Amino acid sequence: MRRRFNPGFWLLVIGLTVVFVLPLLWMAITSLKTIGESQSAPPTLWPQEPTGRAYDVILTTGGQNPVLRWAINSFAAATMHAVLVVVTASMAGYALARMEFRFKKAIFAVVLATLFVPGFVFLMPNYLLMNRLGWLDTLWSLVVPGAAGAFGVFFMRQFFLAVPRELEEVAMIDGANSWTIFTRIILPNAKPALATLTVLSFLANWNDFIWPIYVLFSPERLTLPAGLKLLQGAYTTDYPVIMAGATLASLPVLVLYIFVQRYVIEGVARSGIKG
Amino acid sequence: MSVRGYGRSTPYLFLAPYLVLFLAFVVGPALFGIWMSLHDWDFQLPGKPFVGLQNYKDLFDPLSATSLPFWHGMRATGIFTLASVPFLVALPLGLAVLLNRAFPGRTFFRAVYFAPYVLGVAVIGLMFRYILDTNFGILNAFLGLFGVSEIGWTNDQPWAWIGLVGLTVWWTLGFNAVIYLAGLQDIPAEQYEAAELDGANRWQQFWNVTVPGLRPVFVFVVTITILASANMFGQAVLVTQGAPGDSTTTAIMVITDTGLSQFRMGSATAMSYLLALCLAIISLVNFAIFRERKS
Repeated sequence: MRRRFNPGFWLLVIGLTVVFVLPLLWMAITSLKTIGESQSAPPTLWPQEPTGRAYDVILTTGGQNPVLRWAINSFAAATMHAVLVVVTASMAGYALARMEFRFKKAIFAVVLATLFVPGFVFLMPNYLLMNRLGWLDTLWSLVVPGAAGAFGVFFMRQFFLAVPRELEEVAMIDGANSWTIFTRIILPNAKPALATLTVLSFLANWNDFIWPIYVLFSPERLTLPAGLKLLQGAYTTDYPVIMAGATLASLPVLVLYIFVQRYVIEGVARSGIKG
Repeated sequence: MSVRGYGRSTPYLFLAPYLVLFLAFVVGPALFGIWMSLHDWDFQLPGKPFVGLQNYKDLFDPLSATSLPFWHGMRATGIFTLASVPFLVALPLGLAVLLNRAFPGRTFFRAVYFAPYVLGVAVIGLMFRYILDTNFGILNAFLGLFGVSEIGWTNDQPWAWIGLVGLTVWWTLGFNAVIYLAGLQDIPAEQYEAAELDGANRWQQFWNVTVPGLRPVFVFVVTITILASANMFGQAVLVTQGAPGDSTTTAIMVITDTGLSQFRMGSATAMSYLLALCLAIISLVNFAIFRERKS
């Protein structure tokens, strides 16, 4: 393409950057204001009397707004969920990509078909199942059911299909069994796909909203999204407190995103081409 | 395969952990949900009498308690989908074309435009609840500079829809753009060179090379965007609380309220299967339209 400096083009690029960044900055700035200042007209663009009051409120009000607890819950649930997805999906994806067995086509077709079933269909029956398993109001309800989604299996299968067969054939001739081949040869060669699936699963779980607000109820058991809804209900127009909660909930994912943005974006891009 | 280095049961052992999850939390619940929808399934009552298709019939009976909220919810979801999908299909394409040019910092800007998508709806919802606040919001303060009087973004129509569509576009624009971008990069450069030799200008190249080359990606984007918009929930819960009246109370909000707040799960599962059926029909029509244009 043309290399000439094009002011209109750069105006657009920078303008869009401002549009995407400003709301996030506004959230963080507001979290450092007093209530009065957050409600002043016209709004002050920078805190005139910066205060950490909002963070004091959400971090220290003895157990009432356990934001740190919510963050730990979110982190624990998202991490365990991502591990469960990556382990089960890579094993199943490998079998579907590389092995021949009875009912293979049927199994794959059924798994694939569920990709197109909208998630809300599972809300009620899975809620009953959580109740039956005694998982309501526990992190298990967040870790396990979501790992049954077909995306991970489909994603890993597509990746394994593209791995050259010679890698395995040499090992097979040497007498290695399938598990050894899978763990020593296939997985080490699948690091980018595993990283992408880990990050996408972690983010989806960290951000999930509709499921945790119904299956978790004790304030100390909530994840951040469910906790933020509680915070909004309790502090209706105390926007510095609500924005402090939202800022704390965004920081970990934004920091993570800075390091892994390549995996996230390539994962999304690939889901489009192959989907 | 020349060498088959595994036993007969090995593939099933590899599949087993996932299949256990799949049967327990996907296949089982999907079938059990149909069973529930055929019963007067109140979570809190011991008896769950079989009622056949009554829960479905009630949804089409204007005198029943469930039909009015359900169809209001369907209308809200329909309005949101119709209003948001065109923007979410067109604007990301423009952004992708912009990002498909070679310029310094391209990866950085791509990451910035995508960034809102990594934040969950809870953060986005609270953030925009403040930005769109009638009295304290910065959007009304900004518009006030131009003499616009206060707009009720969270409690007045059509502003509530404009606010919800706007924030959703801001939130998910980058996601669709990244999918388009991958599609654009799959279009061979020779096709553009050939078009240029034929004297096509940039605009003609866009319509004659880019758009046809993107057709499969286009179908994919339209389909997943319709599904995502039809699933709208968190934005309305956190920003408008379904107001004004019940005008932004979406179908999913009605379903969760019926099933998980009032625990009338038989009715709620009937609603969710009916909505799923509508979405399946829309997806099929969508595929059919795009296939026809191809031939």
